[in-house]
Amino acid sequence: VDPSVFFFWVFAAIVVVGALGVITMRQPLHSALFLLMSFLGIAGLFILNHAEFLAAVQVLVYAGGVMVLFLFTIMLVNVRKQAREPYVNRRAGISVLAGFFLFLLLGSVLTGPAMVNLGPPADPAKLRTTVIETKYASEEKPGNSEAVAWSLYRDYLLPFEIASVFLLVAMIGAVVLGKRTMEKFD
Amino acid sequence: MVTLTHYVGLSFLLFSIGVTGVLIRRNLLTVLMSIELMLNAVNLNLIAFSRQLGDLNGHLLAIFIITVAAGEAAIGLAIIVSLYRLKGSVNLDDAAEMKG
Repeated sequence: VDPSVFFFWVFAAIVVVGALGVITMRQPLHSALFLLMSFLGIAGLFILNHAEFLAAVQVLVYAGGVMVLFLFTIMLVNVRKQAREPYVNRRAGISVLAGFFLFLLLGSVLTGPAMVNLGPPADPAKLRTTVIETKYASEEKPGNSEAVAWSLYRDYLLPFEIASVFLLVAMIGAVVLGKRTMEKFD
Repeated sequence: MVTLTHYVGLSFLLFSIGVTGVLIRRNLLTVLMSIELMLNAVNLNLIAFSRQLGDLNGHLLAIFIITVAAGEAAIGLAIIVSLYRLKGSVNLDDAAEMKG
């Protein structure tokens, strides 16, 4: 069997089992660990799609940063004492049904003509050369990270700067919200 | 042979699971995790189309989505911590003052 097919199904199973674990586990800590599993599966799928830089970012930002943030919050809020009450809504049944129909609705796109008459995927080398083909000779192909960096710092410079301001605002906001006494900020 | 259809189908499944999680769970932490699942489904979709079309722009969009998701997680968890200080609970049903 083709290894890329094999690894697709392995990672897809990891992602789906992780996602189902997130929404079915009673303890938020268990949900967080299943979420970590799902994140790592997504990183594997990124590698299969020649997005090596994004796979690294996925592991560093999600599996590293966001997950630690979740675990610290679970530690700060003592959720174990509420563990005895029901952990899903009263209308959980109809919500699951709504989610299922959402999946069917989205999946109906897959039977449309644009997805059925799908051409073969583009040459992976095109991903690395579209942005910077003028700079490099044809035998010297840059990696995925370099191509992303060129695009990020040239074509997406303004969104990049806006993202940095956004992160600063989010950081200040999180610090202000997390402070124990709010009165000092009046 | 794994095609774009497989990836898009997986992404739809992941997104639907995330929506279901937001709808059924009572714990705010798990609701936030389900939102992260949905953002990951969108990223997977972008990367799969990027691969199919040989277009790098999908990678850049995914990077910005990851940035926004990180900020959203930081703010959301800070709000959860202050809500816990206020209510002593992270249950969504306990924060129903604005319910009509």
